[in-house]
Amino acid sequence: MYYGEASGLKLGAAPRDAFGDALKELGASNKLLCTVDADVGNSTRTEVFAKAYPDRAFNVGIAESNMVSVAGGLAACGKIPVVASFACFLMDNAFDQIRMSVAFPRANVKLVGSHTGISIGEDGPSQMGIEDVALACALPGVAVVVPSDAPSTIAATKATVAHDGPTYMRVGRGKLAILYPDGCDFQIGKAIQLRDGKDVTIIANGLMVAAAVDAATALAKDGVNCRVLDMHTVKPLDHEAIAKASRETGAIVVAEEHLHHGALGAAVCQSLCQHAPAPVEVVDLGDQFAESGDPDGLLQKYGLTPEAIVAAARRVIGRKA
Amino acid sequence: MAKLSLDQLKSKANDIRKLIVRITTAAGSGHPSSSLSATDVVTALYFGGFMKYDVKQPSDPSRDRFILSKGHACPVLYSAMEQAGYFTEEQIMSLRKLGSPWEGHPNMRKLPGIEASTGSLGQGLSLGVGHALAAKMDGLDYHTYVMMGDGEMGEGQIWEAIASADKYKLGNLTAIVDQNGFQQTGATRDVLDLTEFQPKFESFGWHVQTINGNDMGEVVEALTNARKVTDRPTAIVSKTKKGYGILPVLETTGDLNYHGKPLSSDLAEKALALLDSNA
Repeated sequence: MYYGEASGLKLGAAPRDAFGDALKELGASNKLLCTVDADVGNSTRTEVFAKAYPDRAFNVGIAESNMVSVAGGLAACGKIPVVASFACFLMDNAFDQIRMSVAFPRANVKLVGSHTGISIGEDGPSQMGIEDVALACALPGVAVVVPSDAPSTIAATKATVAHDGPTYMRVGRGKLAILYPDGCDFQIGKAIQLRDGKDVTIIANGLMVAAAVDAATALAKDGVNCRVLDMHTVKPLDHEAIAKASRETGAIVVAEEHLHHGALGAAVCQSLCQHAPAPVEVVDLGDQFAESGDPDGLLQKYGLTPEAIVAAARRVIGRKA
Repeated sequence: MAKLSLDQLKSKANDIRKLIVRITTAAGSGHPSSSLSATDVVTALYFGGFMKYDVKQPSDPSRDRFILSKGHACPVLYSAMEQAGYFTEEQIMSLRKLGSPWEGHPNMRKLPGIEASTGSLGQGLSLGVGHALAAKMDGLDYHTYVMMGDGEMGEGQIWEAIASADKYKLGNLTAIVDQNGFQQTGATRDVLDLTEFQPKFESFGWHVQTINGNDMGEVVEALTNARKVTDRPTAIVSKTKKGYGILPVLETTGDLNYHGKPLSSDLAEKALALLDSNA
């Protein structure tokens, strides 16, 4: 079972694999590109780049703070360093370094967090990046991107590397359904409408986009017409697409594999309140750590499912004025 | 880039110390004592022929770099750079004032010739490792100097950076520990006693020299030696006195740490008179 299967989508590669391959491809022509790792390159897939270009790949050992600041120094010399680790170890362990060595000097560093959400499974809550998006969004000038499948992860990798300034990108560990064709268009800050609809809009990112598509498929059988927006960029947020969805569908569900506070749900609610108020329901992890277990079982237990999105859609439609 | 004689360097250091006192007293806040301990080393770097720089081309890729990891001591950096011609005295007199780019800690985005935005202690040496690695990638022969404080050495990240500089055999990197013996709340040996730095750096494979960092002759000799070592990074453990140059004035206050506070106008006058008498 995988999200998107019920909607006829094929299973594709894991975002982290797409990221590693895209990085290697970019490295062939972009000689400024380099990687700084804290000894998890075989997990984040920066090792694909490192094997191709060993003279541009630095493994500083299990030392995330040093990793991030070394990247800040490389960026000050005109390099484009990609810094990848497990999302929680990158964003949490090295947050001050990201603040002072990257965000404050607007260093052109590309932060990449793997092992995001609870769907990493058996390794358990100490390894789950569930607050990374909130932390990244807290820092001025950092673009925050959460792609939803392999083709858009390749496109997002290219877009973040081309972006002038610091970025944070989430790349999930598991395989995801294919939503987009190879070579798909991807603009930072520009949501992608996957389905149009008039009754409710589901705004999702990452793994929850395919779940949103399944929810829309299920709701359509009952005559409920859903719009689905892939809000792959949490910051800068596509306020226009959100306001349009609010005006045209009058009800919003936000779905993300993240804690309740400070990420997509919070950003969408804030945007709606400021620009185009509408009732909102959120499907997220709430305010709790998860546990070890199989990925599917975890997603079920913690309510990150198409069924949860369907229920939220029915609730929010019921709240329409 | 200037190369002054030993006597000229001493005189230049004295001028820089006077500027430090004046700009921090004018600002009404800041860290003059932390700046004064480091003045001789910073003076030698900018005026002793060690740093290759061009004020007119502050972003020249081949320039040597100086990263002040102990960013609170930026009055010494601003003052030395004023003497080098980056800034005017009028400009640095705006230190810490609203709208001034001469902020309370260095901001590389607001000023030319500032290599790093520092102020969260412990990050400068890692940034320096990044600069040194970039030099190797680009086949450039510039040198990167990083100055830390001895209290700052309590930050674990510095030891991560020390280990990585050894791994990559960064002979184009020199770290200077301005060991002035004090940190915010007291003597460094009382707050977190890291004992001697020399054997610690040596155990990580670095070339190390321990010197009296307020003796210009020793400073020049150590910086000269550092450039001769090209197969591994160099550390200079620079034993200094916090507030060096105006110690008799600080003694009258009963506070030899004098951390993070400017001199009153009255004390500044006495300090400047004392420094003038050295000239």
